[in-house]
Amino acid sequence: MFEAVKEIYYVSWSDMRFMRHNMLNVILTSLMSPLLYLIAFGFGLGDSMTQQGVPYIAFMIPGIVALTSLSASFTSTSTRLNVQRLFYRSFDEMLMCPLRFSSIIIGKTMLGFMRGLLSCSIIFAIGLFLTPHLQLTPLFLACVLLSCFTFSCLGVTAALLAKSHQSMATFNTLVILPMTFLCGTFFSLDSLPEAFQWALYAVPLTHSSVCIRAASLGWDFPWASLAVLAIFTLVFFSVNMHLLRTRRV
Amino acid sequence: MGDIIVVENLVKRYDGKAAVDGIDLRVRKGEVFGFLGPNGAGKTTTVRLLSSLATIDGGRVWIDGHDIVKEPMNAKACMGVIQQHISLDKDLTVRENMMQHAMYHKIPRPERASRIDELVGYAGLDRYMDYMVNSLSGGWKRRVAIVCALFHRPALLFLDEPTAGLDIQARRLLWDLIRQLNRDGTTIFLTTHYIEEAETLCDRVGIIDNGRIIATGTPKELCGRVGSVAVEYFDGDRGTQYRYFPSRDDAGDFMRALGGEDTTIVLRNTNLEDCFVELTGKTVGDA
Repeated sequence: MFEAVKEIYYVSWSDMRFMRHNMLNVILTSLMSPLLYLIAFGFGLGDSMTQQGVPYIAFMIPGIVALTSLSASFTSTSTRLNVQRLFYRSFDEMLMCPLRFSSIIIGKTMLGFMRGLLSCSIIFAIGLFLTPHLQLTPLFLACVLLSCFTFSCLGVTAALLAKSHQSMATFNTLVILPMTFLCGTFFSLDSLPEAFQWALYAVPLTHSSVCIRAASLGWDFPWASLAVLAIFTLVFFSVNMHLLRTRRV
Repeated sequence: MGDIIVVENLVKRYDGKAAVDGIDLRVRKGEVFGFLGPNGAGKTTTVRLLSSLATIDGGRVWIDGHDIVKEPMNAKACMGVIQQHISLDKDLTVRENMMQHAMYHKIPRPERASRIDELVGYAGLDRYMDYMVNSLSGGWKRRVAIVCALFHRPALLFLDEPTAGLDIQARRLLWDLIRQLNRDGTTIFLTTHYIEEAETLCDRVGIIDNGRIIATGTPKELCGRVGSVAVEYFDGDRGTQYRYFPSRDDAGDFMRALGGEDTTIVLRNTNLEDCFVELTGKTVGDA
């Protein structure tokens, strides 16, 4: 077990160095989209609307935190791994070294995980300043940690499956972009037709939004959604293991 | 000396087509073994299979006695691999790349710095340590890649086209480094397009074509199979012709029979390029 933890550290070390080299860029690029959403929707609609009994801005900020956990974690993991695998070929080096595949997968999620946590923390800190309805609770932290890990794992999957830079862009457009707007980040799913709601509950960001919002607003916690999010993580992890074992990378 | 690589009936297929088609091979500890073959012959695929980078579809491989399917961690711990494409992380410095590889090979923390110093001196990289990898020339990048593959003191080093794309000076410096490594006890398995490289560096050579090994032996043995003396002459519409003979006397008889004062005839020792062409039916330009 301790050996596996050391391997995870070894695999993630270079990504942490990369993040250190590019810290300003990392922070600016991870915060740009959520801040724009915050300004456009939050300040534009914030005073005039309520959702489920709270001001819209208090409703929306947990959604933006969930969205940030997706965009920051997924993008940083998938982009860097895609470059390392297809352009630098440095990912091959790991496969030829005596490292467990599970350590390689978890190690490669660490960059997105850390970057997601950093961005979510900043957004939530801004949210605490803007509205008194938000609460920083251990359950909220657990949801954000799991959410960042899940989407970083999805980033590994996307990067391992990508045949080219173009296919990463296609994945972003077809999978990530619809999730961004439809998964209850900016509005309650109750306002959608029932069939559409079912479809959206098959997507991890919906469960992430529901959990993070409930945990930060003190609502009844949807434990089933947390379990579903954990199952998504296991599925992404298993797919990654299969891809490495069969070297379909 | 025993065998460090044992390969039995190795098979790899892509889309149903065999890229490696039943290779049997043994590489002895301490030798420099060269793999020659035309483009698409299966050289790089073989290296990828032996280094666990690709899964095998059939056959078995042992690296220093470890089955690469059943004991992959032990097999990987014995080998270093330098791929055809420079596979360094170009977002990091030379030193960071080295540290990263030292970690991948689980070199204990107290040894990392001293091992880096030792290898950097060996490869003459001292003044480039804090350069970003991207800012180095191809030859220096290749040296960094070699250093990265040597941290764990591998008994076996795979070099896939190590000097491809390098200028002559960088190539010769790299040859010296390979010789030095071999003298220090590392077994070298290299694939190359350069006949001169195979002749200069390799104790034994395997020639591969269409996924099969068609000849293995020392350069001298392979040349002997074709004929140790070559006669090269221009024959009008048929262009330059090559004939091979077991001795200079036989070659001399043939030259006299050719006659013709206006014909350019060259008598020389057979080289690996001749063997390559004779055995594969392809020119070096295809390789």
